Amino acid sequence: MGRKILTDKIVIPGINTFEVYKNNGGYAAATKALKQMTPSEVTEEVKKSGLRGRGGAGFPTGMKWSFLDRTTPGPRYLVCNADESEPGTFKDRYLIEKIPHLLVEGLIISSFALGAETTYVYVRGEFKTQIGILSKAIREAYENGFLGKNILGTSYNLDIYVHSGAGAYICGEETALLESLEGKRGNPRLKPPFPAVKGLYGRPTVVNNVETLAAVVPIINIGGDEYAKIGIGKSTGTKLISACGNINNPGVYEIELGLPVETFLNSPEYCGGVKGGKSLKAIVPGGSSVPILPANLILKTAAGENRLITYESLSDGGFVSGSMLGSGGFIVYDENQCIVRNTWNFTRFYHHESCGQCSPCREGTGWMEKVLHRLEHGEGRHKDIDLLVSVAKRIEGNTICPLGDAAAWPVAAAIRHFRHEFEYHVENPEIVKNHKHAPVPLKEMEKV
Amino acid sequence: MSQNIIPHHLFGKEGKEVRFSAETLEKVNKIISRYPEGQKKSALLPVLHIAQEELGGHLSVDVQDYVASLLGIQPIEVYEVATFYTQYYLEKVGKYVIEVCRTGPCAICGGEDITDYLSEKLNIKDGETTADGLFTLRTVECLGACGYAPVMQINTEFYEFLTKEKIDKAIEELRQKANLDKPKESKWVEKF
Ligand SMILES: Cc1cc2nc3c(=O)[nH]c(=O)nc-3n(C[C@H](O)[C@H](O)[C@H](O)COP(=O)(O)O)c2cc1C
Ligand code: SF4
Ligand code: FES
Repeated sequence: MGRKILTDKIVIPGINTFEVYKNNGGYAAATKALKQMTPSEVTEEVKKSGLRGRGGAGFPTGMKWSFLDRTTPGPRYLVCNADESEPGTFKDRYLIEKIPHLLVEGLIISSFALGAETTYVYVRGEFKTQIGILSKAIREAYENGFLGKNILGTSYNLDIYVHSGAGAYICGEETALLESLEGKRGNPRLKPPFPAVKGLYGRPTVVNNVETLAAVVPIINIGGDEYAKIGIGKSTGTKLISACGNINNPGVYEIELGLPVETFLNSPEYCGGVKGGKSLKAIVPGGSSVPILPANLILKTAAGENRLITYESLSDGGFVSGSMLGSGGFIVYDENQCIVRNTWNFTRFYHHESCGQCSPCREGTGWMEKVLHRLEHGEGRHKDIDLLVSVAKRIEGNTICPLGDAAAWPVAAAIRHFRHEFEYHVENPEIVKNHKHAPVPLKEMEKV
Repeated sequence: MSQNIIPHHLFGKEGKEVRFSAETLEKVNKIISRYPEGQKKSALLPVLHIAQEELGGHLSVDVQDYVASLLGIQPIEVYEVATFYTQYYLEKVGKYVIEVCRTGPCAICGGEDITDYLSEKLNIKDGETTADGLFTLRTVECLGACGYAPVMQINTEFYEFLTKEKIDKAIEELRQKANLDKPKESKWVEKF
């Protein structure tokens, strides 16, 4: 059994209410931080914990906090990213729904550490129910003196507000999120300046993911050093993995970083294996933006070592034979799934979600979508495959925000690992024309 | 309200008088107060949600202009936002907007068949509304509920692990409810 420190109390009936949460050790960390620690001591614990951002990029949280400009007089902001729109990812929704006070407590401690007196939680607009749940938890925290003026009799004041998005994946990108919070289109900003210097309303701002901020609670409870003992190497602590696709037990699981991918996939405690006794074809381990890996490369690295769920192990082999932990959106494909169709689907997603500011992303995603549509519908040519690789290359690294890369990588990876399947589509137009699934079983295709 | 509105090429102005109830206005002012002095525009997204729900189900140009005047910003600042985000409807929609997820994780769990089934059952294509004005069908991108695939949302309520039977049941229930013409539950204005 892996150690659980975020979701351990989720089974307690009524844990979504202030009273039950508090009676089960809740708000002890916030009390400790505000009454016994200084903001820099809190930041120090987070640094020691080795916690890395859970939103996708994996940037060390303590370091991000220490970049915040604390010298310019005037307000500073903490903004919580609950936009959760990376396909395959649904963990933040789970946390907010099941144990909203954990996030509220994490927000209080983190805001205190950053010296922020106003904090916004940007929740994707589709999560109306969760917005209601979180708003209620915040109201309860006010009523019980954990928010508002002079919290717990200290001189610290904090207001937390929930802000809803309105359906735009790009608003998960932190500078697009800030634009959106200011009431504008979600157009990512050119960086630098980084939000730590010029963020919301031009003020120093930290943007962190829901899970990252929730993890601050156990870090203060058990101490940064103790937290760092969970996990392996630079992948410390636990991670929520949202598992979906063709598995027996889709859902959100808290794992200790370092769990082998194979255990996670096959153990009845987690995914419970591929559904219907089918064979595994591929896995996208970190949300739609990270490279897809075929069965052999996701379970073992190219060097033959067990692939573990850590930042390092999942990216072992770089883009040649590795992927990324990303947001922890674990998408499993069985032998019947068509890689070309899935790549077309994801590319359509990125094309739809591109904000349109930079031409490589705006035009490139549309171009790739068109070519993939052609291939998928039996109208492709052999040179289309290389054309895709070349367009993907020209998008990568040439855009304002990483959405361009996120659109390019999955295409490049699909062709790298499943080129034979793209070729099969070109060579068998009649067969692929009207299919939704893989036109022939995996093994046969490899023989083609 | 600003008198110098540039004529719109996308959709016309109906010139209808629209306004929030006093109760809703109070709530809107409370939302505005969450943002610093001079940052009223920050309230735009939440206020548009409320406006869409309470002022006719979609954001007509009249409604958008009204929101602009409430927040003290130019109408164009509202138009560019209303056209950017997918949850805002610019044209009239049905009483129930069915948004079915079309993205990868749902698609590989039978989402495509579910979409086809909805389309056949309601006899409308993506983006269309049934003749009786009850249902609009829209395919949308990932709803952040991939583990419960296939997924759809009807007026922001989630329907998960969809099967044809579940769809039949949901549609039937909504048809009944629509006849009774009860007010909508879970209004945006109450969530904030
Ligand atoms: C296109 C795009 C979409 C993103 N979507 C999300 C998201 O939905 N949720 C999230 O927390 N981070 C998302 N991110 C990452 C954020 O930009 C940012 O790195 C993160 O919120 C920082 O928080 P963390 O350090 O706690 O992970 C996205 C990034 C990009 C480029
Ligand atoms: S990369 Fe795409 S989404 Fe990002 S700023 Fe450029 S056009 Fe917009
Ligand atoms: S792919 Fe359908 S909810 Fe995520």
